[in-house]
Amino acid sequence: MRLSAHLLTACSLALLPLTPALAGEGKLQETAGVTQIEGSAGGGLVPWAVLAGYDSREEMSASVFTTRVSVDDYRLNAFGAAISLYDRVELSIARHTFDLLDTPFEINQNVIGAKARLYGDVIYSSWPQVSLGVQHKVLLDTTLAEALGATDSDDGTDIYLAASKAHLGALFGYNLFWDLTLRATKANQFGLLGFGGDNNDSYQIMAEGSVAVLLSRQLALGLEYRQKPDNLPGLEEEDAMDVFVAYIPNKQFNLTAAWVDLGTIAGAENQRGPYLSLTGYLW
Amino acid sequence: MTTRMKFPTLLTVLLLALGTGCQSVTPSSSLYDELGGMPVIERITDNFIEEIGFDPQILKHFQDTKIERYREKFIEKICFESGGPCDYSGDSMVDVHTKMQITEGEFNRTVDLLINAMNKTGVAHRTQNKLLAKLAPMRGDIIYR
Repeated sequence: MRLSAHLLTACSLALLPLTPALAGEGKLQETAGVTQIEGSAGGGLVPWAVLAGYDSREEMSASVFTTRVSVDDYRLNAFGAAISLYDRVELSIARHTFDLLDTPFEINQNVIGAKARLYGDVIYSSWPQVSLGVQHKVLLDTTLAEALGATDSDDGTDIYLAASKAHLGALFGYNLFWDLTLRATKANQFGLLGFGGDNNDSYQIMAEGSVAVLLSRQLALGLEYRQKPDNLPGLEEEDAMDVFVAYIPNKQFNLTAAWVDLGTIAGAENQRGPYLSLTGYLW
Repeated sequence: MTTRMKFPTLLTVLLLALGTGCQSVTPSSSLYDELGGMPVIERITDNFIEEIGFDPQILKHFQDTKIERYREKFIEKICFESGGPCDYSGDSMVDVHTKMQITEGEFNRTVDLLINAMNKTGVAHRTQNKLLAKLAPMRGDIIYR
């Protein structure tokens, strides 16, 4: 487990020396979004149609991120890296470490993501930017998923279609951003508790959405909602939501602070708490 | 007696308020006035040209440009697009940018330069966004021509 964590770090570091001719800084500030919990460009919980970086069609970009979510009975640490190629394809990798506080348990999971921009530009096209993405999740600690009755405790794949649009000056002169994402998933609690269960063992379409007001070129204020399946009997998995402030001082890094409500997790109700995330763009 | 006096007075005040209200509503609805009219548009343009001058990647597209004419047409364009009392007398956006091979990255960079110019001029964030919204639809006529 530790070894693969080091491997991940090594992979992110190995990306460093590659310096393409054109670094990604073409797009308008804020339009790359931040990094969502599974490592894709997005908000905090929701992957957006935008790609992870400021690259335009002739550019590439690479980024690293780290996120910590502390709710009442659990703590989730995530870190990872993403590259975005020619504003067309995004590849990402993330590691989750989920601590069950006051117990010796820890659940590790890897998420490998890919996203392709199918249409549009978040700002300039009249229709929203649309992207299709996958998040393949590999659970490294399967004991709890098995104990709770997950049908598959090894791995699962989410497929999502996201539409994002920024409307310039739309809200009393402030730029308004929204995203709607539809995700086909079997994941229990983001995959940390396996995939599928006795309540339901087939793919379900879950709706996710974000709305943000860009108060300045550096500051965004937003809300998110993420519908989740309830596959495991007796655990009553609930939808997740958050309210966030993203500080994007430049195209090199951004910092997001949020308050998340993850609802009931494995029987523990009202799991709420702070979320903090940092993304740095290497080029 | 006093109430009778008051009523027409009140009416007059209301009518006056309405009248001045209407007068002030019409001009303030134009982005041109919100920007600060011609003097501010000229300053934005001068700052923009200066920004371009310091950016070799963008400046290379201006090798054959007569800056005086560019300045004049850019001012007209901003004035016209913001609803000001100007006509744009320059060539169409497509004609101007044909054979320039402006990439999406260069276009976006130029938008950043325009934002820098507006910041330098002291244009409020929300007013900047409204102007950008007017200019954004031109992108298709500008890039990859």
